[in-house]
Amino acid sequence: MGNVVLIILLGLAAVAGLFGAARGHDALFQAHAWVIVAASLVAIVALLQRLDRPSREDVENSYADGVVRFGVLATVFWGVVGFLVGLVIALQLAFPELNLGYSFSSFGRLRPLHTSAVIFAFGGNALLATSFYVVQRTCRTRLALGGLHWFVFWGYQLFIVLAATGYVMGVTQSKEYAEPEWYVDIWLTLVWVAYLLVFLFTLFRRKEPHIYVANWFYLAFIVTVAMLHIVNNLAVPVSFLGSKSYSAFSGVQDALTQWWYGHNAVGFFLTAGFLGMMYYFVPKQAERPVYSYRLSIIHFWALIFLYIWAGPHHLHYTALPDWAQTLGMVFSIMLWMPSWGGMINGLMTLSGAWDKLRTDPVLRMMVVAVAFYGMSTFEGPMMSIKAVNGLSHYTDWTIGHVHSGALGWVGMISFGAVYFLVPRLWNRASLYSLRLVSWHVWLATIGIVIYAAAMWVSGITQGLMWREYDPNGFLVYSFAETVDAMHPFYVIRAFGGLVYISGAFLMVYNVWRTIQGNHETRAVAADAAAPQVA
Amino acid sequence: MMDHETLRHLADTWGLVFLFLTFVVAVAVLFRPGAGSHFRKCAELPLKDDRKPDVREPGK
Repeated sequence: MGNVVLIILLGLAAVAGLFGAARGHDALFQAHAWVIVAASLVAIVALLQRLDRPSREDVENSYADGVVRFGVLATVFWGVVGFLVGLVIALQLAFPELNLGYSFSSFGRLRPLHTSAVIFAFGGNALLATSFYVVQRTCRTRLALGGLHWFVFWGYQLFIVLAATGYVMGVTQSKEYAEPEWYVDIWLTLVWVAYLLVFLFTLFRRKEPHIYVANWFYLAFIVTVAMLHIVNNLAVPVSFLGSKSYSAFSGVQDALTQWWYGHNAVGFFLTAGFLGMMYYFVPKQAERPVYSYRLSIIHFWALIFLYIWAGPHHLHYTALPDWAQTLGMVFSIMLWMPSWGGMINGLMTLSGAWDKLRTDPVLRMMVVAVAFYGMSTFEGPMMSIKAVNGLSHYTDWTIGHVHSGALGWVGMISFGAVYFLVPRLWNRASLYSLRLVSWHVWLATIGIVIYAAAMWVSGITQGLMWREYDPNGFLVYSFAETVDAMHPFYVIRAFGGLVYISGAFLMVYNVWRTIQGNHETRAVAADAAAPQVA
Repeated sequence: MMDHETLRHLADTWGLVFLFLTFVVAVAVLFRPGAGSHFRKCAELPLKDDRKPDVREPGK
């Protein structure tokens, strides 16, 4: 019955898409309308095929793991896509001929494709999958609100496809990390509200009296991202059938809103959500409770109270009032304390079990991730100090900093979660190969170190060259000369990226072989079917 | 209509006091006498059996 209603709704969506494709005011909007038609038709076919098949998962005494399986596969898939595009644009910076002369293959189009693919597609799917897994386990109840989690998953994939195709075609509202235009923003808002509802109602029906701290981090991530997304994307479309809109803010207010969004996307999307992962998967993999539960709660409140004020450090020495710049800097520096408290909490979870690092490469992956969390949350506040920022801002140092956080912390904690989840979700006794995991850990770590070191050198070189005056007060270097000086570092950076991505390919192979399941270890289905002893 | 100065004054007086007090209360709740064993138990939560949901009625 529910499926019939769904099919009718999807049919209406397809008709609306056709209308948009016929009457759209510009070719880009029409192209996106065709994407909607195609997505609706694919969904209708998929639903028709399962109309008379009873859902395998529709039972109250099992966890809704189907969506987690899809989420893990999407994480791996989008991860590789995002890393590959990153490698391409790194090579474009070193060898500009690789822009190929087409608008859709130019750096300006591919760069948002890379950032959104790794942050929202790879990171976002990792967060979706793990939050659905963790909230069910720690609340000991199935996901609430029936099949709404499937709408969240597929709706989010549609958002990714619309955003990605839009970037390549040239649809953008030119706000960093918030490039999608108004209609894609509205779609994401709907998906996100559904996500919040599924998560909240699952918490409401929990069978555990206490809400485990990982869920607090996930909830803060979901709520804050909703708030940031809505406020930063307030805009007036030129036409309801066109792809262009204008922001509700202008000038320095627009800049402040954008960086309030931008930095909290780092703080709540790339940090709070992944800390939720850390607080669940590190204790699970180490088979020990978190070092200090009280510290984890202080970590939570201190982090969310401080992070929200740190955005203005992106606008040092701009038209933003001085006091606001200083406020952003002071709050960034105060963030040292909760960040390092959290890092120590994660690492000390292993106290008394450090020997496991020798034998368990999955745990090693997670611990390296936490170490990178500590390193990049040390570097970030330092770079927010105005005197340091005067040297570092707009240089490659920033790029290096972002990547030690994104490749090191976000990437590696997600890989750890994937390696933890795949055998459990597909009922395998173990991963296909722990040796490949070990190789992945080292390739990823060495890749990041090469990447970050190249960017430190090139960033500081760049900053020093930009500000060098001769005795008469003239700039010593033209801008083109500073670009020329970057070439060797750009080549080294691309090599670091290649090393990192080769580790990711090992993960793809390992995950694929584990799911195939024809390695020597046997399935544990019989064990999993044992009655639960409460 | 509130102007910028009023808002800023509100933020750096009552806003600041509110956030700081909330934090103090959170810490006080954490370190209240006897809370240690409660939070040690909370930390064990993910390590329990995680294969099946708990389908008993609440309160049993």
